[in-house]
Amino acid sequence: MRWIWIDRIVEHEPGKRLVTVKNVSAAEEVVHDHFPAEATPDGELAPEPVMPNPLIVEGMAQTAGILVGHTGHFREKVVLAKIKSATFHAAARPGMTLRHTATLLNFGTAGGSTAGVTELIDPHTGVVTQLAEIDLMFSHVDHNMAGLDFPEENFVFTGTLTAVFAGLEPMPDAPA
Amino acid sequence: MAMSKDEIFEKVQAILVEALGVDDDEVTPEAKIEADLGAESIDYLDILFHFEKEFGLKIDQSELRPEAVLSDETYVKDGKITDAGMAELKAKMPFADFSSLDASRDVEDFSDIFTVQVLVNFVEAKLTEQG
Repeated sequence: MRWIWIDRIVEHEPGKRLVTVKNVSAAEEVVHDHFPAEATPDGELAPEPVMPNPLIVEGMAQTAGILVGHTGHFREKVVLAKIKSATFHAAARPGMTLRHTATLLNFGTAGGSTAGVTELIDPHTGVVTQLAEIDLMFSHVDHNMAGLDFPEENFVFTGTLTAVFAGLEPMPDAPA
Repeated sequence: MAMSKDEIFEKVQAILVEALGVDDDEVTPEAKIEADLGAESIDYLDILFHFEKEFGLKIDQSELRPEAVLSDETYVKDGKITDAGMAELKAKMPFADFSSLDASRDVEDFSDIFTVQVLVNFVEAKLTEQG
């Protein structure tokens, strides 16, 4: 399994907003552990495979993190610093598509903050409902952890995560 | 028209309620941001972002917390802030009250300087400077 919780970037207004989609699949082990069938005194409860909300937050963090990273020309190590708020209204089941829209609220030397909306799209009916609002804060670690040494190389924006850029736009060259 | 101290306090109070998830009656002028309101270092960034937006300011994090002073060996020796260190902090942070830190000199006590009142003073100073 790869720690990529978005499948594709579908829209990007540099420095403003980034939109990604993620298809929830029954092939993903994680949905079967959350929640498996359970024996109770009243009989067995059927399994209820649902994408865990913390992983939906991670998908938004990857969406918003790429937005913040791109805004700083991928020179900074952008790390999720704070989940300001995350409110969920429904559950994401296999066969559904998530659409994360991250909007940049603040950006500066020390980091950035984003407002996020995650929608649930039923690919069969086309019906779109709002699933969650997820507001995040990111730190540029080199500017915030005085005295701590981090590796020189940018360990955040590696090929694994930036692969989702494929087909949308080329990655800018890393600074020499 | 310049904003009154009370207006600044009310706005700072609302920002801290949102950024730190505390109740407004906890946000008293003498409340310490970390010890009393549970802020962590990253919350300062959040708070400063709110200040920039709410008051229309441009703020560098080091203006509120000149951390570089505390990692400089001429200003801190064996966990205690030197005379030169205290002078440097006072020069960089004219909005703060150093009476308790003057007594302890302990670098661990630095965060206690940041009370709600100090944040209000900071915003007031920035408004004067940039207004």
